[in-house]
Amino acid sequence: MPFTPPSLDYHALAPEIILTAVLAVVLLADLFLDQSRKWLLSNIAAFGLVAAMVPIISLALSDTDVRSMVDGAYVVDNFALVLKALFLGVGFVVLLMSTNYVEDGDYYEGEFYFLLLSSLLGMVVMSSSRDLITIFVALETLSIPAYMLAGWRKRDLKSNEASLKYYLLGVLASAVMLYGMSLIYGFTGTTVLVDIGEQMAGNAANQPLVTLAIVFIIVGFAFKVSAVPFHSWAPDTYEGAPTPVTAFLSVASKTGGFVALLQLVFVGFFGRDDVWGPMFGILAALTMTVGNLIALRQTNIVRMLAYSSIAQAGYILVPFAIAGSNGGAGAGSAFTATVVYLLVYAAMNLGAFAIVIAVARKTRSGEITSYGGLYEYAPGLAVLMSIFLFSLAGIPPLAGFWAKVFIFRAVIDAGTSWAVLLGVVAAVNSVIALFYYSSIAREMFMNPVPDGDRTPIRVPTPLITALGITAAIVIVVGVYPQTFANFGDLASLVP
Amino acid sequence: MLTAAIFLPVVGAALLALIPREREEMLKMVALVVTLATAVVGLSLLFGFDYSDAGTLQYTTDHGWIDVINSRYHIGIDGISLPLLILSMVITVLCVIYSWDHFPEPHNPKAFLILMLVLETGMNGTFAAQDLILFFVFFELVLLPMYFMIGVWGGPNRQYAAIKFFLYTLFGSALMILSFLALYFKGGQTFDIPLLIEQGGAIAHGTQLLIFGGLFMGFAIKVPMFPFHTWLPDAHTEAPTVGSVILAAVLLKLGTYGFIRIAIPILPEAAKSWAPWIGLLAVIGIIYGALGCLAQRDMKRLIAFSSVAHMGFVMLGIATLTDFGINAAVFGMVAHGLITGMLFFIAGSIQERFGTRELSRLGGLLLQAPKMGWILGFCAFASLGLPGLAGFWGEFPAILSAYQPADGLSELTFRVYMAVAAIGTVFAAGYLLWMLQRVAFGTVKPEFENAHIHDLHIPEYIAWVPLLVGILVFGIFPHLIFHMTDAAVSAVTSGVDALGNVAAGAGGH
Repeated sequence: MPFTPPSLDYHALAPEIILTAVLAVVLLADLFLDQSRKWLLSNIAAFGLVAAMVPIISLALSDTDVRSMVDGAYVVDNFALVLKALFLGVGFVVLLMSTNYVEDGDYYEGEFYFLLLSSLLGMVVMSSSRDLITIFVALETLSIPAYMLAGWRKRDLKSNEASLKYYLLGVLASAVMLYGMSLIYGFTGTTVLVDIGEQMAGNAANQPLVTLAIVFIIVGFAFKVSAVPFHSWAPDTYEGAPTPVTAFLSVASKTGGFVALLQLVFVGFFGRDDVWGPMFGILAALTMTVGNLIALRQTNIVRMLAYSSIAQAGYILVPFAIAGSNGGAGAGSAFTATVVYLLVYAAMNLGAFAIVIAVARKTRSGEITSYGGLYEYAPGLAVLMSIFLFSLAGIPPLAGFWAKVFIFRAVIDAGTSWAVLLGVVAAVNSVIALFYYSSIAREMFMNPVPDGDRTPIRVPTPLITALGITAAIVIVVGVYPQTFANFGDLASLVP
Repeated sequence: MLTAAIFLPVVGAALLALIPREREEMLKMVALVVTLATAVVGLSLLFGFDYSDAGTLQYTTDHGWIDVINSRYHIGIDGISLPLLILSMVITVLCVIYSWDHFPEPHNPKAFLILMLVLETGMNGTFAAQDLILFFVFFELVLLPMYFMIGVWGGPNRQYAAIKFFLYTLFGSALMILSFLALYFKGGQTFDIPLLIEQGGAIAHGTQLLIFGGLFMGFAIKVPMFPFHTWLPDAHTEAPTVGSVILAAVLLKLGTYGFIRIAIPILPEAAKSWAPWIGLLAVIGIIYGALGCLAQRDMKRLIAFSSVAHMGFVMLGIATLTDFGINAAVFGMVAHGLITGMLFFIAGSIQERFGTRELSRLGGLLLQAPKMGWILGFCAFASLGLPGLAGFWGEFPAILSAYQPADGLSELTFRVYMAVAAIGTVFAAGYLLWMLQRVAFGTVKPEFENAHIHDLHIPEYIAWVPLLVGILVFGIFPHLIFHMTDAAVSAVTSGVDALGNVAAGAGGH
């Protein structure tokens, strides 16, 4: 049989192509720029991200809603576009957060931006992957640079540990997942999710082998999104990695995992909710509860945010657990809830990390007690931090509240007693979470400055921009959620 | 116009944020002007209100807000919301005036006034919201400012009190939002309160009971009802004076208002099943609050426990599900707002002058500051329900209404409640007179004998006179409030009455 090259839609692939070109430019420029001009690299990277946004916008405005390539293995639809835009936006904010951090900290600059862009490329590809192999390749593209970034503070033991732990567990997860995928392929004879989806309801129903394969794949991604009990790498990695990288991992990398899960569950495995429904239910309840309870006891802010982001992943797992119940009655609202939560979570978590970076510039400490009296010498940062934290806690009128409302709506929409029980667990958990989020607010507003040093914090412009972007999203969406709600309403994947 | 009444304060807060921290006089002036302007808007609402049609919503605005969940920006007020809305506006103005020279440590009037204005937006919005999600947002909006007010400007144990207040309320709210969503799906995919009132009755009885349970938790914690009251004494004791006043005068009413506006009219059937239990908790609250008062050594804590008892009377009135009872409850809410707000003002002023609120260290206030002493006496009598003052019209009809609860509720049970509540009024007289005696009468304690105690300051005069006049005027002319609320209350109870007729009709066959 002669090889027929697949027809490619270059418009649809433009964001990926631009990203690839930019990361090659960054790598090359790094070779020829002398040390004093390395700062150009972050600007090149940032402009690259903005340039990659252009085709996304033009695709969103074009009349063709769904552009499918390679027999449905690579699809650019509204869902993919929204998430690509999210990843590029997150990448942009992380760049802003890391510019001064990397410059001041005597790290390799060129490679840092190169790896960051490579990881982003993986995520952008992931948003369109509707095929087991593409998903796997995207996942590795986004993970491998992240393993290296986690160890960027190379003279710091904790950073080495972070990288190694992340790498070993990540590889283990990949192996487990790949085994599951091979089983699926062996049984169905295809790697395209849509075709797999068709067989799930038919001859793949009640097959123990398929059940096992689905369990393996979900466990693999449970590592990625740091769901309990597969979360053990997260706190150490988050604490050891450079803070901008931590922000990147806890938002972008995690979102990448959830995007893959969304596509796998809603397109590929939807017919087998008897397997993944209960599994996600248990994962969600455990992740929320364990994450929140351990977060209560943390004294280091980054570790606290690490456990908080584990707990947040638990909330995002809730809609998965109930998507298939009641014959898929609540699938649409579950899908919307997940996407909305991912969008909102990105803004509020990045914002919190940006504050951590800003404060650490002065205090050189990650201890929660070092936030004492922050309001007295940096009122702006203290107020913004409270906005982000209370948004994470889900207090109206901030964006995080609406994200939770969408989750609760999905729960009630599914209507089964298990779903409602899960909703009550989530509700109780959001009360527990408030305790540790507000303990930071307490430090900042109600306690004295620990060392009496009240010199104001000088926040560099890129960091201010990052804070401005994230805070604006959290507040605007909080007051007028309609702006965001449309993005979440992308039921194109829902069967 | 109603929108202006809600959002003027938050616009003012944004203005304050732009003024530098050092320009205190300007900050105070702007805050005063904004709150006064809001109150003027409130007064024009009051005068433009059509009292012959107090049962229907007026000044309504209905815009799209969040289309995906069909939640709308729907506001409007009827005869129940109106007095509470005005109360909230007036109290805020008086609080700004009272704090003029009294900003508690660590001072910072800018942040304090911003919080107060945000708080006002939350309170006004809650009383005007006609959409469950909008209601919830405003209901929660008051949490953060109050948390910071207690936690930053509060007494020695402020951090504990602040977080306790916050966590308790949020727990109730989390269950409440679940109930709201359940109402959305069971009540015809809408969050609109008037629409839900029409359609809510169709929900299956078992589901209604569960949803009502969730609402009950949310509102009962806010009221607070026994046994969810334990945050209240801490929050009140530790809060700065103005915080206590707003908390007592307005925030507690958000809970009772929620019962009247949402829980009972939308789910009349469930309300009927729950009413005996609500009544039981209410009378336990009356007795428990009164006994709690007798055991207190701190003046503010005593007033806080008296709030538990008073809110018990309000809840008893609500639990009867009758026009009479709920009218009494709304009156009780306003009266309690005026009287207890006043008592907290006095407690704050005493604390400021003597540096203590320990009842055992106080005494002879009438000798050192006779005006303040007499005002305390006046408020104590008003609080114990002396006829002729506002407290009476909240308490006495509430007790009386329990004699004849709504059709289908056990008369025996409620008559027992009535008797117990009546005993509660005796206790109330006991603890209030005891407090008055310890603080105002007797001789000055040796430690304060030579202290120079200033009688009322100008800001205190200005802040207190309107409340005192209100207590007296509403005591003599209770009709001023009853003629607003009566028609609106009938609308609330019409759902319950309709059930009663059906039951009676079925019994007749």
